[in-house]
Amino acid sequence: MATIVIEVMPKKELLDPAGKAVLGALHRQEVQDFHEVRIGKRFELHVEGEVTEAHLATARTLAEDLLSNGVIEDVVSIRTEDSPA
Amino acid sequence: MKVGVVTFPGSLDDRDALRAIKLAGGTPVALWHGDHDLQGVDALVLPGGFSYGDYLRCGAIAAHSPIMSEVIDAAQRGMPVLGICNGFQMLVESGLLPGGLIRNDHGDFICRDQKLRVDNISTPWTSGYREGEEITIPLKNGEGGFIADDETLKRIEGENLVTFRYSGVNPNGSLHDIAGLRNEAGNVVGLMPHPEHAVEPGFGPDTSIAMKSGTEGLTMFESVVGTVVNA
Repeated sequence: MATIVIEVMPKKELLDPAGKAVLGALHRQEVQDFHEVRIGKRFELHVEGEVTEAHLATARTLAEDLLSNGVIEDVVSIRTEDSPA
Repeated sequence: MKVGVVTFPGSLDDRDALRAIKLAGGTPVALWHGDHDLQGVDALVLPGGFSYGDYLRCGAIAAHSPIMSEVIDAAQRGMPVLGICNGFQMLVESGLLPGGLIRNDHGDFICRDQKLRVDNISTPWTSGYREGEEITIPLKNGEGGFIADDETLKRIEGENLVTFRYSGVNPNGSLHDIAGLRNEAGNVVGLMPHPEHAVEPGFGPDTSIAMKSGTEGLTMFESVVGTVVNA
Protein backbone atom coordinates (compact mmCIF):
# COMPACT_ATOMS: atom_id res chain seq x y z
CA MET A 1 0.00 0.00 0.00
CA ALA A 2 1.21 3.45 -0.90
CA THR A 3 -0.28 6.91 -0.75
CA ILE A 4 -0.14 9.98 -2.92
CA VAL A 5 -0.33 13.08 -0.74
CA ILE A 6 -1.61 16.33 -2.25
CA GLU A 7 -1.41 19.55 -0.30
CA VAL A 8 -3.46 22.61 -1.18
CA MET A 9 -3.16 26.05 0.44
CA PRO A 10 -5.19 29.24 0.10
CA LYS A 11 -3.31 31.72 -2.09
CA LYS A 12 -0.80 33.80 -0.12
CA GLU A 13 -2.30 37.14 -1.12
CA LEU A 14 -5.75 36.13 0.09
CA LEU A 15 -7.02 36.58 3.59
CA ASP A 16 -7.46 33.21 5.31
CA PRO A 17 -10.20 33.93 7.87
CA ALA A 18 -10.01 30.41 9.35
CA GLY A 19 -6.27 30.76 9.93
CA LYS A 20 -6.84 34.23 11.37
CA ALA A 21 -9.38 32.82 13.84
CA VAL A 22 -6.85 30.20 15.00
CA LEU A 23 -4.21 32.89 15.39
CA GLY A 24 -6.66 34.81 17.58
CA ALA A 25 -7.11 31.69 19.75
CA LEU A 26 -3.32 31.33 20.10
CA HIS A 27 -3.03 34.93 21.24
CA ARG A 28 -5.85 34.44 23.74
CA GLN A 29 -3.85 31.49 25.14
CA GLU A 30 -0.90 33.84 25.37
CA VAL A 31 1.08 32.04 22.69
CA GLN A 32 2.80 35.01 21.06
CA ASP A 33 5.53 33.19 19.08
CA PHE A 34 3.64 33.05 15.79
CA HIS A 35 2.47 36.00 13.79
CA GLU A 36 0.44 34.10 11.20
CA VAL A 37 -1.48 30.83 10.86
CA ARG A 38 -2.73 29.54 7.54
CA ILE A 39 -4.97 26.52 7.07
CA GLY A 40 -4.79 24.31 4.00
CA LYS A 41 -5.90 20.85 2.98
CA ARG A 42 -4.14 17.51 2.73
CA PHE A 43 -5.61 14.86 0.44
CA GLU A 44 -4.45 11.23 0.64
CA LEU A 45 -5.06 9.05 -2.40
CA HIS A 46 -4.47 5.44 -1.40
CA VAL A 47 -3.20 2.98 -3.96
CA GLU A 48 -3.16 -0.82 -3.83
CA GLY A 49 0.45 -1.81 -4.47
CA GLU A 50 3.01 0.54 -5.99
CA VAL A 51 2.38 4.11 -7.06
CA THR A 52 3.00 4.25 -10.80
CA GLU A 53 3.75 7.21 -13.04
CA ALA A 54 0.18 6.82 -14.36
CA HIS A 55 -1.22 7.20 -10.82
CA LEU A 56 0.85 10.34 -10.35
CA ALA A 57 -0.27 11.77 -13.68
CA THR A 58 -3.91 11.22 -12.72
CA ALA A 59 -3.25 12.75 -9.28
CA ARG A 60 -1.69 15.86 -10.87
CA THR A 61 -4.70 16.32 -13.14
CA LEU A 62 -7.12 15.79 -10.24
CA ALA A 63 -5.18 18.22 -8.06
CA GLU A 64 -5.59 20.99 -10.62
CA ASP A 65 -9.10 20.21 -11.89
CA LEU A 66 -11.04 19.13 -8.82
CA LEU A 67 -9.09 19.14 -5.56
CA SER A 68 -8.05 22.77 -5.88
CA ASN A 69 -9.49 25.92 -7.45
CA GLY A 70 -6.69 27.91 -9.05
CA VAL A 71 -8.55 31.18 -8.49
CA ILE A 72 -8.30 30.92 -4.72
CA GLU A 73 -5.81 28.12 -3.97
CA ASP A 74 -2.41 26.73 -4.92
CA VAL A 75 -1.35 23.08 -5.09
CA VAL A 76 1.85 23.24 -3.04
CA SER A 77 2.91 19.58 -3.05
CA ILE A 78 2.20 16.25 -4.74
CA ARG A 79 4.31 13.38 -3.40
CA THR A 80 4.30 9.68 -2.64
CA GLU A 81 4.39 8.30 0.87
CA ASP A 82 4.40 4.73 2.14
CA SER A 83 1.18 4.06 4.01
CA PRO A 84 1.65 3.14 7.64
CA ALA A 85 0.87 -0.55 8.18
CA MET B 1 -42.01 29.95 -19.94
CA LYS B 2 -40.60 26.83 -18.26
CA VAL B 3 -37.92 27.56 -15.69
CA GLY B 4 -36.03 24.62 -14.20
CA VAL B 5 -34.57 24.50 -10.70
CA VAL B 6 -31.89 21.88 -10.09
CA THR B 7 -31.93 20.11 -6.73
CA PHE B 8 -28.53 18.88 -5.50
CA PRO B 9 -27.86 16.85 -2.34
CA GLY B 10 -27.91 19.60 0.30
CA SER B 11 -29.88 22.20 -1.68
CA LEU B 12 -32.13 24.21 0.66
CA ASP B 13 -33.83 26.88 -1.40
CA ASP B 14 -34.89 24.87 -4.42
CA ARG B 15 -38.55 24.88 -3.39
CA ASP B 16 -38.47 28.61 -2.65
CA ALA B 17 -37.06 29.17 -6.14
CA LEU B 18 -39.78 26.98 -7.70
CA ARG B 19 -42.41 28.99 -5.82
CA ALA B 20 -40.84 32.30 -6.89
CA ILE B 21 -41.07 31.22 -10.54
CA LYS B 22 -44.73 30.32 -10.08
CA LEU B 23 -45.49 33.64 -8.36
CA ALA B 24 -43.78 35.42 -11.25
CA GLY B 25 -46.13 33.73 -13.70
CA GLY B 26 -43.74 31.08 -15.01
CA THR B 27 -43.97 27.30 -15.05
CA PRO B 28 -41.54 25.84 -12.51
CA VAL B 29 -39.88 22.52 -13.35
CA ALA B 30 -38.01 20.54 -10.69
CA LEU B 31 -34.79 19.05 -12.05
CA TRP B 32 -32.45 16.51 -10.42
CA HIS B 33 -28.65 16.74 -10.25
CA GLY B 34 -28.16 13.09 -11.16
CA ASP B 35 -30.07 13.28 -14.46
CA HIS B 36 -28.81 14.27 -17.87
CA ASP B 37 -32.15 15.87 -18.76
CA LEU B 38 -33.20 19.54 -18.66
CA GLN B 39 -36.80 18.55 -19.55
CA GLY B 40 -37.10 21.19 -22.24
CA VAL B 41 -36.88 24.20 -19.90
CA ASP B 42 -36.30 27.72 -21.27
CA ALA B 43 -34.25 28.97 -18.30
CA LEU B 44 -32.47 27.51 -15.28
CA VAL B 45 -31.94 28.34 -11.61
CA LEU B 46 -29.15 26.79 -9.51
CA PRO B 47 -30.51 27.29 -6.00
CA GLY B 48 -28.96 28.10 -2.65
CA GLY B 49 -28.06 25.65 0.07
CA PHE B 50 -25.05 23.64 1.15
CA SER B 51 -24.59 21.05 -1.59
CA TYR B 52 -22.43 18.16 -0.36
CA GLY B 53 -22.12 19.91 3.00
CA ASP B 54 -19.78 22.48 1.41
CA TYR B 55 -17.13 19.73 1.44
CA LEU B 56 -13.99 20.33 -0.65
CA ARG B 57 -15.08 23.89 -1.57
CA CYS B 58 -18.56 25.43 -1.67
CA GLY B 59 -20.26 24.30 -4.87
CA ALA B 60 -17.21 22.38 -6.13
CA ILE B 61 -18.62 18.85 -6.01
CA ALA B 62 -22.02 19.96 -7.32
CA ALA B 63 -20.27 21.70 -10.22
CA HIS B 64 -19.19 18.22 -11.36
CA SER B 65 -22.72 16.71 -11.11
CA PRO B 66 -24.08 14.78 -14.10
CA ILE B 67 -26.66 17.47 -14.98
CA MET B 68 -23.98 20.18 -14.99
CA SER B 69 -22.71 19.05 -18.39
CA GLU B 70 -26.16 19.91 -19.80
CA VAL B 71 -26.33 23.11 -17.73
CA ILE B 72 -22.91 24.30 -18.97
CA ASP B 73 -23.81 23.39 -22.54
CA ALA B 74 -27.14 25.27 -22.32
CA ALA B 75 -25.46 28.28 -20.70
CA GLN B 76 -22.89 28.42 -23.49
CA ARG B 77 -25.70 28.29 -26.06
CA GLY B 78 -27.33 31.33 -24.38
CA MET B 79 -29.98 29.89 -22.07
CA PRO B 80 -30.68 32.21 -19.11
CA VAL B 81 -29.08 30.71 -15.99
CA LEU B 82 -29.31 32.22 -12.50
CA GLY B 83 -27.11 30.97 -9.66
CA ILE B 84 -28.17 32.02 -6.18
CA CYS B 85 -25.70 31.74 -3.27
CA ASN B 86 -24.53 28.10 -3.49
CA GLY B 87 -25.65 28.25 -7.13
CA PHE B 88 -23.36 31.28 -7.66
CA GLN B 89 -20.54 29.26 -6.09
CA MET B 90 -21.26 26.44 -8.59
CA LEU B 91 -21.12 28.92 -11.49
CA VAL B 92 -17.66 30.18 -10.50
CA GLU B 93 -16.48 26.62 -9.80
CA SER B 94 -17.65 25.49 -13.23
CA GLY B 95 -15.94 28.46 -14.88
CA LEU B 96 -19.16 30.01 -16.24
CA LEU B 97 -18.47 33.15 -14.20
CA PRO B 98 -15.07 34.63 -13.31
CA GLY B 99 -13.50 34.91 -9.85
CA GLY B 100 -14.03 32.91 -6.69
CA LEU B 101 -15.90 32.98 -3.39
CA ILE B 102 -14.12 32.56 -0.09
CA ARG B 103 -15.02 32.66 3.58
CA ASN B 104 -16.41 36.00 4.79
CA ASP B 105 -13.50 38.21 5.88
CA HIS B 106 -14.84 38.52 9.46
CA GLY B 107 -15.22 34.73 9.70
CA ASP B 108 -18.89 34.80 10.72
CA PHE B 109 -21.94 33.43 9.00
CA ILE B 110 -24.15 36.37 8.18
CA CYS B 111 -27.92 36.58 7.82
CA ARG B 112 -29.46 39.98 7.14
CA ASP B 113 -31.71 41.95 4.83
CA GLN B 114 -29.16 43.39 2.42
CA LYS B 115 -29.39 46.48 0.28
CA LEU B 116 -28.04 46.06 -3.26
CA ARG B 117 -27.62 48.33 -6.22
CA VAL B 118 -28.61 46.90 -9.61
CA ASP B 119 -25.63 47.87 -11.76
CA ASN B 120 -26.45 46.08 -14.98
CA ILE B 121 -29.91 45.56 -16.43
CA SER B 122 -28.71 44.02 -19.71
CA THR B 123 -29.46 40.47 -18.59
CA PRO B 124 -32.62 38.37 -18.82
CA TRP B 125 -32.70 38.33 -15.00
CA THR B 126 -32.40 42.07 -14.37
CA SER B 127 -34.16 43.66 -17.36
CA GLY B 128 -37.17 44.53 -15.18
CA TYR B 129 -35.15 46.72 -12.82
CA ARG B 130 -34.02 50.27 -13.43
CA GLU B 131 -30.29 50.88 -13.82
CA GLY B 132 -28.95 51.90 -10.41
CA GLU B 133 -32.14 50.85 -8.61
CA GLU B 134 -31.64 49.90 -4.96
CA ILE B 135 -33.33 46.74 -3.76
CA THR B 136 -33.34 44.88 -0.46
CA ILE B 137 -33.30 41.08 -0.36
CA PRO B 138 -32.04 38.59 2.25
CA LEU B 139 -28.39 37.53 2.41
CA LYS B 140 -27.32 34.41 4.32
CA ASN B 141 -23.93 32.81 3.88
CA GLY B 142 -20.59 32.03 5.45
CA GLU B 143 -18.52 32.03 2.26
CA GLY B 144 -19.66 34.96 0.17
CA GLY B 145 -16.46 36.95 -0.15
CA PHE B 146 -15.97 37.61 -3.86
CA ILE B 147 -12.34 37.65 -4.99
CA ALA B 148 -10.47 37.78 -8.27
CA ASP B 149 -6.97 38.78 -9.30
CA ASP B 150 -6.34 42.36 -10.43
CA GLU B 151 -6.42 41.53 -14.12
CA THR B 152 -9.76 39.69 -13.81
CA LEU B 153 -11.23 42.50 -11.70
CA LYS B 154 -10.17 45.01 -14.32
CA ARG B 155 -11.87 42.94 -17.01
CA ILE B 156 -15.03 42.52 -14.87
CA GLU B 157 -15.29 46.29 -14.38
CA GLY B 158 -14.21 47.15 -17.94
CA GLU B 159 -16.85 44.90 -19.48
CA ASN B 160 -19.54 46.00 -17.00
CA LEU B 161 -20.05 42.47 -15.71
CA VAL B 162 -20.93 43.60 -12.17
CA THR B 163 -24.68 43.10 -11.95
CA PHE B 164 -25.29 43.73 -8.25
CA ARG B 165 -23.19 45.67 -5.75
CA TYR B 166 -23.60 45.74 -1.97
CA SER B 167 -24.94 49.11 -0.90
CA GLY B 168 -24.58 50.67 2.55
CA VAL B 169 -22.65 47.76 4.06
CA ASN B 170 -20.21 45.33 2.48
CA PRO B 171 -21.20 42.26 4.53
CA ASN B 172 -18.34 39.89 3.69
CA GLY B 173 -15.28 41.68 2.32
CA SER B 174 -16.18 41.16 -1.34
CA LEU B 175 -13.78 43.08 -3.60
CA HIS B 176 -15.35 46.16 -5.22
CA ASP B 177 -18.53 45.42 -3.17
CA ILE B 178 -19.43 42.79 -5.77
CA ALA B 179 -22.60 40.91 -4.83
CA GLY B 180 -23.41 39.47 -8.25
CA LEU B 181 -21.99 39.10 -11.73
CA ARG B 182 -22.99 38.28 -15.28
CA ASN B 183 -21.02 36.59 -18.04
CA GLU B 184 -19.94 38.41 -21.20
CA ALA B 185 -23.03 37.27 -23.11
CA GLY B 186 -25.25 38.36 -20.21
CA ASN B 187 -27.36 35.19 -20.01
CA VAL B 188 -25.59 33.78 -16.94
CA VAL B 189 -25.99 35.70 -13.67
CA GLY B 190 -24.85 34.72 -10.19
CA LEU B 191 -25.37 36.48 -6.87
CA MET B 192 -24.89 35.69 -3.19
CA PRO B 193 -28.12 37.29 -1.82
CA HIS B 194 -31.47 35.53 -2.21
CA PRO B 195 -34.11 37.06 -4.50
CA GLU B 196 -36.35 34.00 -4.02
CA HIS B 197 -36.81 34.97 -0.35
CA ALA B 198 -38.30 38.36 -1.28
CA VAL B 199 -41.19 37.47 -3.57
CA GLU B 200 -44.31 37.36 -1.40
CA PRO B 201 -45.71 39.91 1.09
CA GLY B 202 -45.52 38.52 4.62
CA PHE B 203 -42.38 36.49 3.96
CA GLY B 204 -39.84 39.03 2.70
CA PRO B 205 -37.58 41.66 4.23
CA ASP B 206 -39.03 44.47 6.33
CA THR B 207 -39.86 47.68 4.48
CA SER B 208 -40.74 51.17 5.64
CA ILE B 209 -44.38 50.32 4.91
CA ALA B 210 -44.77 47.05 6.80
CA MET B 211 -42.84 44.19 8.38
CA LYS B 212 -41.79 41.43 5.98
CA SER B 213 -43.54 43.09 3.06
CA GLY B 214 -40.50 43.33 0.76
CA THR B 215 -40.88 41.66 -2.63
CA GLU B 216 -38.03 43.23 -4.57
CA GLY B 217 -36.61 39.84 -5.55
CA LEU B 218 -39.69 38.96 -7.59
CA THR B 219 -38.62 41.24 -10.45
CA MET B 220 -35.68 38.91 -11.14
CA PHE B 221 -38.04 36.02 -11.89
CA GLU B 222 -40.58 38.26 -13.66
CA SER B 223 -37.75 39.57 -15.85
CA VAL B 224 -36.90 36.12 -17.18
CA VAL B 225 -40.52 34.99 -17.42
CA GLY B 226 -41.39 38.21 -19.24
CA THR B 227 -44.16 39.33 -16.95
CA VAL B 228 -42.66 42.56 -15.61
CA VAL B 229 -45.44 45.12 -15.33
CA ASN B 230 -43.75 47.96 -13.45
CA ALA B 231 -40.82 48.53 -15.81
